[in-house]
This record gives sequence, C-alpha cells and structure tokens, in this order.
Amino acid sequence: MSRETLISLVIVLALLAIPLWATAVGETFYITLATRMAILALAAVGLNIALGLGGLVSFGHAAFFGIGGYAAGILASHAFNMEPLPFGLPGTNAMPVIWATAIVASGLVALAIGAISLRTAGVYFIMITLAFAQMIFYFAISWPAYGGEDGLSIFVRNQFPGVNTLDGLTFFFVCFGLLMAGLLLFSLLRDSRFGAALQAARQNERRLATVGIAPYRIRLAAFVISAMVTGVAGALFADLNRFVSPSMLSWHMSGELIVLIILGGVGRLAGPVAGAMLYVAFEYFLGGITERWQLFLGLLLLAVVLFARGGVVGLLAGKARHG
Amino acid sequence: MQTALLIEQILNGLQFGVMLFLMAAGLTLIFGVMGLINLAHGSLYMVGAFACATVAAATGSFWLGLIASLAAAAAAGALIEVTVIRRLYDRDHLDQVLATFALILVFSEGTRWVFGSIPLYLNIPPLLSGAIPLPGGSAYPLYRVAIIGVGIAVAVGLHLLITRTRLGMRIRAGESDREMIGALGVDIRTLYTVVFALGAALAGLAGALVGAIQSVQVGMGEPVLILAFVVIVIGGIGSIHGALVGALLVGLIDTLGRFLLPVALAAFMGPSAAASIGASLASILIYVFMALVLAIRPRGLFAAAG
Amino acid sequence: MAEPVLQLSNLTKTFGALKATDDVSLDLRPGEIHALIGPNGAGKSTLIHQIAGSLKPDTGTIRFLGRDVGALGVPERARIGLGRTFQISSLTPEFSALRNVMLAVQARQGTSFRFFRPVMRDRSLTEPAMAMLERVGLADRATIPAAELSHGERRQLEIAIALALGSKAFLLDEPMAGMDPEGSKTLTGFLDQLRQEAPILLVEHDMDAVFALADRISVLVYGRVIATGSVSEIRNDAEVRRAYLGEEA
Repeated sequence: MSRETLISLVIVLALLAIPLWATAVGETFYITLATRMAILALAAVGLNIALGLGGLVSFGHAAFFGIGGYAAGILASHAFNMEPLPFGLPGTNAMPVIWATAIVASGLVALAIGAISLRTAGVYFIMITLAFAQMIFYFAISWPAYGGEDGLSIFVRNQFPGVNTLDGLTFFFVCFGLLMAGLLLFSLLRDSRFGAALQAARQNERRLATVGIAPYRIRLAAFVISAMVTGVAGALFADLNRFVSPSMLSWHMSGELIVLIILGGVGRLAGPVAGAMLYVAFEYFLGGITERWQLFLGLLLLAVVLFARGGVVGLLAGKARHG
Repeated sequence: MQTALLIEQILNGLQFGVMLFLMAAGLTLIFGVMGLINLAHGSLYMVGAFACATVAAATGSFWLGLIASLAAAAAAGALIEVTVIRRLYDRDHLDQVLATFALILVFSEGTRWVFGSIPLYLNIPPLLSGAIPLPGGSAYPLYRVAIIGVGIAVAVGLHLLITRTRLGMRIRAGESDREMIGALGVDIRTLYTVVFALGAALAGLAGALVGAIQSVQVGMGEPVLILAFVVIVIGGIGSIHGALVGALLVGLIDTLGRFLLPVALAAFMGPSAAASIGASLASILIYVFMALVLAIRPRGLFAAAG
Repeated sequence: MAEPVLQLSNLTKTFGALKATDDVSLDLRPGEIHALIGPNGAGKSTLIHQIAGSLKPDTGTIRFLGRDVGALGVPERARIGLGRTFQISSLTPEFSALRNVMLAVQARQGTSFRFFRPVMRDRSLTEPAMAMLERVGLADRATIPAAELSHGERRQLEIAIALALGSKAFLLDEPMAGMDPEGSKTLTGFLDQLRQEAPILLVEHDMDAVFALADRISVLVYGRVIATGSVSEIRNDAEVRRAYLGEEA
C-alpha cells in the first residue's frame, strides 16, 4: 500500500469515526457536522475531476451544486403539494429519482456552459465560468415560482428505499456511501485512458494534440462528469438543510469549493475530504469563538497559498506520483 | 412620455456602463501588465466607498471624501501589492484566484469589524444635487450626468496616459515583454506597484461615486466585480478600449433590457406574467450577450494580438 | 519512381510584410531521409508547423498519402500518420517515460473515452509502449517522470512517441539540438534505421548528421527553397555555398 493510499484511508476513516463517536457519547449535533463534511467533500470531489485532473479552474461549480439542490427542492415541493410538474410528471420524494434528476440537469447545464467556456482557456475560463454561474444565480433570484430570493423549504426529508433518512446517523451513511462512490469514480477516472488524456491536457495540451487526441472533447466530458458529481452533492445538501436557496448558487459557494480542494490537496484522491473536514471544523470551532472567523479563514488561506502548497495530503504524502 | 423615459433609461445605462468601466479598466490593466487575475478588486471599490462616506460624514465635504477614497483605495492597493500580490505574479491562475479570494474574506470581515453591518449613507454634494431638463418635460439628476462626465474624463485620461507619457510607455512595454522592460533599466517592482495602485484608485473612485446613489455596505463590490469580469471578457482581456466598449455595451444592454423586455413581452402575455418573466430574462441578458460574443470571438471584441 | 508520401505544392505563408514561406514545393518519398537545412530564421519551423497543422498556409496544398490534408487540424493529421517531434522537447512532464509513450499507444488504438480500466494494468498499452522504449534505448528509464529525464533522453522519448503512433512519416525538428557528440552519434545510427519504417523530413543544424543521413537535402533561405538535391549536389551548388555555407564564390 502506498503512503498516499494509507493516508487517504486514514482520512476517510476519521470522517466515519466522527458520527459513530457522536452517537456513542450522545452528541448528535456532531452527526450533522460530519454529514455536512461528507456532502461538501463530495461536491469538491466532483470539482476535483475538472480542477485537479484537468487543470480546469472552474469558478462556477456552485451552479451545479445549486442545480442539484433545486432538483431536490422542486421535486419534493411538487410531491408535497401533490402538484404535477410540466408534462404531467409527478413530483417525488424518492432520493434515487432526485439524484438522477440532479445528475441529468447539472450535466446538461454543464454541457452548455462547458461547450462555450472551453473554447477559451486560462483567465478567460475562470471568469466565464464565474459569469455563467452568476447568470443562474440571478435567474434563481428573479424567478418567483420556486421562492425566488427567499428560497424553498423541504418540509420532510426525502426518502431512500428501505432506510429511515429522518434518522441523522442513517442519513450520514447515505451521504458517506455516495462520497465513497464519488471517490471510487475519481480514482477509476484518474487511472483510466480517459484520465490519462485529461491529465495530459493539463500538463501539455500541444503534446496531446500531437499524438492525435483533441483536448476539447476530453475536457468537455470531464467538465460534465465533474458537474454531475457536484450536482448530486447539491441534492444531498438541500436534504441536509431541508432548504434550498440561491445562496447555494452564489459565487462564494464556488470559491468555497475551490478552497476545500486547495486546503486538502489539488488532484489528490482524499484532498477534498481532508479539505472539507478542515473547513467545516474551522467554521464551527472558530465560528464559536468569534463572529469574525472568515477573517481568520482568509488569513489561513493566504498562508496556505503562499507558503504551504500541496494542502494537507501534500504535506502528509509528499508529491503525487503517476505510475 | 415614452421617449423621455427611454432617454432616461439610456442615460442610466451609460452611467452604469461608465461605472463598470472604472472597475474594468483597473482589472484589465492589472491583467495586461502583470498577468494577474485580481478578485479583490471589488474590495478596493468597497474601501473607496467607505473612505468617502467616513470622511464626508466627519468633515461635511463630499469632495474631501472623494479625495480620501482615491487615497485610501490606492494605499490599500499598494499595501496588498507589496505584501501579497507581488508573490503571485509567477504563480498559476489557481493560486491567484485563491489568494485574492482570501483577501476578499479579510477585507470584508475587517470592514465589518470596524464599521459594523449597518450600511452607511453618503449624500450627493449640494453642487450636483439638481436636475437637468430632458426633452419631453422630465428631468434627469445632475449627479448621474456628472458620473458619466467623470467616466469620460477617466477614459480620455487613461488613453493619454498610455499613449503619451513615459509611464504609459513603460506599461505598454510591460505588456509586450516583461524581460525587455527589465533590460531597459525600469524598476519593474515599482512599476507594478504603481499600476496596481492606479487600478485600485479607479476602483475606489467608482465605489465612492456609486456610494452616493446606493448604500455603502460590506459586499457591495462583489456583484460589480463579476460584471466587470463580464465586461473585460467581452472587450478582450488587457485592452482598455475593449473595457470601455464592453462596459458601455453591458451597461446599456442590462438597463435597457430591464426596461424594454417586460414591455415587449406584454405584447404576448398578461402584464403580470410579462413583468416577472421579463425581469427574469433581463437578469440573464448580459450573460447571454457574453456567450454570443464568445461564440463568435473567443478572445473578446478587442483581443490583443497573439 | 514511387508516389511521394508527403507532397507540398506552392506553400506560401506571410506574417505581415514577412514572407516566412515563399512558394515552397517539396516532397518526401518512401524510405528516404529528406533534410531541410537553412540559416536561422529561414522559415524551417514555420514550414513544419504548416505540415503538422498548427499553422495554416495562406496558399498552396499539402498532400499526405495521396490525400489533401489542408482542412485537417493537428489531432486529425497525427491520427492519419504524421508523427512530429518538437524543437524544444514537448512531453507530459509529470508522467513517467512509459506513460508518455502509453498515451501515444492509446491514441493510436482509437478511443480515449474509456473511463474505468486502469491503464497501468492494460497490457495492450504497457507492452507496446515498453517495446518502443526498448527500441530507443530508454527501457531502463521507463518509470522516471519526463521532467527528470536528461535532455538527450527527452529527445529519445519524443522519437519513441512518434514510433508508437505508427507514423507513416516523421517530421523531426532538430532532434540533435543540445545533444552531446556521443548522443548525436547514437541518434544518427538510430535515424538511419528508422527510415526503413517511414520516411523522415529532418530539420537539423548538425551538418555532420545531415550529410551522413540525408538522401536528399533542400536548402531554405528567406522562406524559399533555393536548391534540392543529393548530398554531393548540394555540397557543390554555388548558390548554396554563397547563401548558406557562407563561402565567397
């Protein structure tokens, strides 16, 4: 077992240990905290496919996170109010259906955004993804049907067949299970032919074209897959909070997702998990001490960017190795 | 009456565009010369607005406030350039995005710490508080006309600065070849600090000018920052001329879209549906415009060669 | 005489007032090494760019294996068999030498849209890639990241990649550049054999190598081909001596 595999395992087990410990000592609030960690980690695992493997600095992944959230909110509200959706389709509170909807919706939007944004590169790509996410943000604010600026409440948490998602620990396991699936997907992609082409596109686009592989299609596929994973996380996030609002689509959210990855380690398997655990813990404990915790988060981030590149996984496992 | 309203909306669009130009000019200059993407530019806008509101409240003079906004934003810009930004020039865009995102957090929370969460208000100076008559019998606030005037003056000033002065020559040299400018014996570190402070001062000016129309509060710079990104993406990153054209286009399209779309849709549907759908569509219009421009010219309207 | 593999007809490319390529016609025949020489700035690299597809000529045609490739981009031309190396090595720096070659094997096999099978356990990728590394003498360096290879090793790796692509013609842009004499000698011997596999258009400044290897030589000056011929013809061509070899006639 390589050092990185070992560290990934330790990080994931640490996340799993939090709610088990919390249940044992009766501090159920920490289950919610761990669930939040798992969901944000999943969202960042999605972004890590585009950003870590493909070098695509998407500053618009909140769009997909929010679309996943709205997929959950809209389907659940139609089910709750027993109103059919357009084309007479029924609403639903079944998580698998909601997840599938979140995946399809965020994938389609990513296909459109990616098709335009990936014609550009570098700073243009950053700004354009940011701008498109902002477009969806404003659209959500000004579209009154689903709460507009006020957002949309989910009155009862959605259901997963065979388990009771109202129980905090059970819902954690649902989220943790999806996070594991996300990590498995990431590691399969990374080691596959597709991943080889994607990582080559990041390192040397000209070389990839010269062996006869067009980088555009590879990147577009990666961007879409990445958005789908983040979309599922968005649906879970809405279910955790029983609420979805435009703030899930805000550019601050996009920034936060990037921050998670940087804190954990760009392109590293467990980077987003470590980053999300660190971030949520920081938010909670520092937020408990001072209202101004974001000031210190900012200073910490500056220190990480300027002096500690590689994030947590980089510090623990050293440089990444590619076969 | 419709015509007067339309003229008023066009003027509003110009005023909005000019304000976006003040932001976009600094961003595009900083990117063109130093190759840096600066998310914290919106924070400098906020610093300018807070400085102006504070000094104006203390002294009773908007004009002193305006000077303070320029000075404070330039100083804040120079400070972050020397302490943080300077270390980012050789880094990739991801590091730049992250570090400047961190700066936003620091600026926003820092400002909230000092000034609290309650918005400040800044009054329009008496000299500019009148209105000028428009054809058709309505009137338009003089202050907004003055903003348009300031924007035009800054555009002309920047044009002269870049084409006619020694500093401008160095800026152009820095854009085309960083090593050459070093070889010319120009102190490149100082040049970068000056350019950054200049961009910051323009952002601060914009913040102060807008502060008198809207409220002065934490986070006010962020929506403007993103629109300024749209502007320079449309105009072509690095081009001042592109920033001007892009800013005016975005200002006009956004303002007129919000005005005309509900009116146009009312021809097809009921007034309340037209109003709500019109507002939703208007809010995304400039992004659609950006997508169109990019589909035709991926590097913007005034893309620098190469 | 056999049909040429690659045929350039009347290529012209201008940048502003500068004619970088001026009515260039030349061909590459099966089994030959055709060297392209000329002073710095003569337009050799510009020409290679046009053949590979990264620059578009203003006028003229490029036929490859009997087909007009003018409308094809870089990836398409690579797929039909134009193998190119770069003047300055261009590799995927974080990948090992083996994975650099595997990428080419993967490209040649067709699809990169396979998402689940790990490449390192895919013998249809690793075995051919390893074989190519052995051919260029890099097998013992297979696991070293490209960024950590020596200059000469990177040039060898570039050729291994071109080989793995199954190229039907090689465009080699100064493969000897920056190599020590020992390395140049090894590479010269290698290129001598490589021509059996596919013809080579060789841009090179190392005249010893050019004279040792080339079947034909074309001389490019200010974007124009001033002479094409065998080694001895070129050595004795008065115009070439004047324009390029710098001798007074």
